Amino acid sequence: MIAFIALSLVMIASALFTVTAKKPVYSVVGLLVNFIALAITYLTLHAEFLAVIQIVVYSGAILILFVFVIALLSSGTKPFEPGPNRMPRVLAPALLFGVIGFVAIAIAISKTVFTPAAIVGATGDANVFGSVADFGTALFTTNLLPFEVTAFVLMVAIIGVVLLAGDEAPGRRAPKRIAREPISPPRERIAP
Amino acid sequence: MNAPVEAYIIVAAILFFIGVVGVIARRNPLIQLMSIELLFNSANLALVTFARSWANNAGHIFAFLVITVAAAEAAIGLAIVVIVFRKTTFVDVDEVATLKG
Repeated sequence: MIAFIALSLVMIASALFTVTAKKPVYSVVGLLVNFIALAITYLTLHAEFLAVIQIVVYSGAILILFVFVIALLSSGTKPFEPGPNRMPRVLAPALLFGVIGFVAIAIAISKTVFTPAAIVGATGDANVFGSVADFGTALFTTNLLPFEVTAFVLMVAIIGVVLLAGDEAPGRRAPKRIAREPISPPRERIAP
Repeated sequence: MNAPVEAYIIVAAILFFIGVVGVIARRNPLIQLMSIELLFNSANLALVTFARSWANNAGHIFAFLVITVAAAEAAIGLAIVVIVFRKTTFVDVDEVATLKG
């Protein structure tokens, strides 16, 4: 119980820090703390494999991606200047909807009776609920089709990212833009 | 289970609405994407809690799928941020109001 309270306080504090931080890099640090606390929370819930995946994929891959993009955007010729602060104007409606939704969930929870099932064995034992063997058996037998679809989703994401942000490779055709230029000169971009 | 299910769900709800406030109130696209990661994680916490509550693996499988989708979403979202930033200097998503390439 003490571990749960400490972990949830860390998670909420780091989430608040992530959302209110001035610079995106600070948000990344807050998110890192949040993810690690969440991974430890998964361990207390008998989800060993997900705890490892949480650290490897989220803290290891996704946050590094964020850091790389922040570094890329900040290091160019264009400065990454802060825009106008619109936080005060939108904070009230955001908090309103947040509080309404939270109260709805709290009411729904208070009307439900949860009876947690007993689990034989401790976290870390083989073949207990939530162990890697248990998870792998469920993933590759009952849920094989969702697993395959996941592979497809990741492939689509990779191709999409390459198409979106990839270089203007020599193989990529761009004849339309060249042919169109003399006919209609590019319009002036309206300043924001 | 060292804490009741309700406590875990309440924490997940708090994290979710912190993320919602982040998505709505912040205008920096990077911080908005990070708030979306918070949303994914709070949903995962609820899924894992319910999986533990019923001693059923399906919640773990769902959380695993959510993690992969979150990875794909982060990659594509950051690619969009990079490509928009390449064309215009923006730090505010309100200023990106055109779909023209």
